[in-house]
Amino acid sequence: MNSYRLKAFNKASFCRHFENQVYKAAQDKHIKFPFYLSAGQEYIPAAIYTILEEKGIDPNVFIQHRGHSHYLCKGADPIQLIDELLGRKTGCANGMGGSASIHSIEKNIFGHDGLMGSQVPIAVGHAYETRKPTIVIMGDASAEEDYVLGALGWASTKNLPILFIVEDNNLSILTEKKVRRNWEMDSVANAFNMKAFNISDDPLIIQMYMKDYDFSYPMLLNIQTTRKYWHAGAGQDDNYHTRYEQELQELGSEALKIDMNNKLLTEKLWQQQLEIQ
Amino acid sequence: MATTVRDTIKEITRNHLSEGKGKCYGQCLTAVGWVGGTLPEMYEEDGMVEFSMADVAGGAIATGIALANGRPIYVVRYQGFQWYNLASIVNYAAKSKEIWNRPCPIFVRSIAMEGGIGPVAGSSHHSLAHRMPGIKVASPMTPGEYQHVYDCFMNEDEPYYISEHRKSYDNTEELENIILPKADFTIFPISITRLEMKKLVELSKQENIYLNIIHQLWLKPFIIEDSWKIALDNSKFGGLVTDDDYVEGTASSIANELSLATGKRVWTLGLEPRTAGFHPTVDNLPPSAEQIIKKLKQIKHGI
Repeated sequence: MNSYRLKAFNKASFCRHFENQVYKAAQDKHIKFPFYLSAGQEYIPAAIYTILEEKGIDPNVFIQHRGHSHYLCKGADPIQLIDELLGRKTGCANGMGGSASIHSIEKNIFGHDGLMGSQVPIAVGHAYETRKPTIVIMGDASAEEDYVLGALGWASTKNLPILFIVEDNNLSILTEKKVRRNWEMDSVANAFNMKAFNISDDPLIIQMYMKDYDFSYPMLLNIQTTRKYWHAGAGQDDNYHTRYEQELQELGSEALKIDMNNKLLTEKLWQQQLEIQ
Repeated sequence: MATTVRDTIKEITRNHLSEGKGKCYGQCLTAVGWVGGTLPEMYEEDGMVEFSMADVAGGAIATGIALANGRPIYVVRYQGFQWYNLASIVNYAAKSKEIWNRPCPIFVRSIAMEGGIGPVAGSSHHSLAHRMPGIKVASPMTPGEYQHVYDCFMNEDEPYYISEHRKSYDNTEELENIILPKADFTIFPISITRLEMKKLVELSKQENIYLNIIHQLWLKPFIIEDSWKIALDNSKFGGLVTDDDYVEGTASSIANELSLATGKRVWTLGLEPRTAGFHPTVDNLPPSAEQIIKKLKQIKHGI
């Protein structure tokens, strides 16, 4: 069995069960404000950080809402994330950030202020100053913000060490991409003289495009994915089929074992934190 | 020859860059005028970095540089352009320390001018930044004040909004407060209206109106000194805040604070509540000494 695929599956599995626990905690009224689940899209961070760990690259990462899986896959503390979602001072953003503005100083994850897409120019400025490998995540809707385009242009002009990842779930709340625009982000980045590709969230495909990337220039990956839960976790699509289910099926018994372990582990973590008054 | 505000800013910038304290960013910095002569002739290799003309992205890129502790001096050539630029400065740089314990110190040079430049580019817009928590707002009009504000910035880790005015760039004088034992009014002038105070005092004497003048450098946080309270308390008719912005913002906020602290009535006078046109007959300029005197006479006579 391909150890890369299993390592990525382990990360994805932890994220999936963690997010299912968040959903449950909200239904049980433990979480009392809007939250943004990354379930369904977890294979993007799972693959990216598995690849970077194998390469020994530890980038600065700028996330926005729907960023729980990036936080978890990069190895930030799940307990602090649970506490954050419960509005506690011990949360990763002091209980102030909620679901959308999580961060980790230890893991070089930078939180988001709530202006959709603002993390892109902010990440570009940070990468300009530090010249360190940087990743910035946006959704297909955030990517439409005008300042995102200005930032892509400047990153290309200055040849910055930054990877732009568009998590393209085709939806802005419930409005499909084709209703909003007739262009793709990889074409836009290409027009800015940047290497850019439009790919699926298949971990082997992501690995192929990341294999030789060393952050010596800017690159954009528009990665097609599927959202399991609605915007702000208000509901769930009936007929979703995500990369996670497919990998679970293809990887067989070892994956099933990992899946069960992560289910039990996340249940335990949540239960333990919920018991703390 | 005495040092001007222009030369002070230029020297501060030169030292900031050449001593590796940070870089200077903005649009068209290296153009013919070097931003009113306030920038030294330095280029990207020296730390004078040209942004693209994307204003909203520019403000956010500068914020990212500040987040990496790059101590950017970010030049916005017209204060009205802050309607674009401030988005990430007030929503990220000003909140980052509070939410994430990550300071984001940025020195935003925001330059005002007026007279024939229309509805957006003209006048000061510091009220935009003033309402947001986590940012400091100062309006230095003298060489000493500018140096002081910059030194404060370098000793702290807060974002600073510097409300400059091009008409102050030739100024070489420090502006002293005037506090009389018994005055009719206490004036709290902001930005370029401060340079009208000398003329205002002369005009007021002709009208038998006696004025305290208390210059306002720090707009936020606004800290009322005891001597100001006493001066306002002892003013027969109260106070007046004059500004180069619309009064529905900084001026009203400061007037309210002063009024609450003393129980005295404090009026405001700034731009007229209308859009500025380009032609002199439809422009909207900051209050002149004559207009301020007119306002004081109206208050005095209960008009």
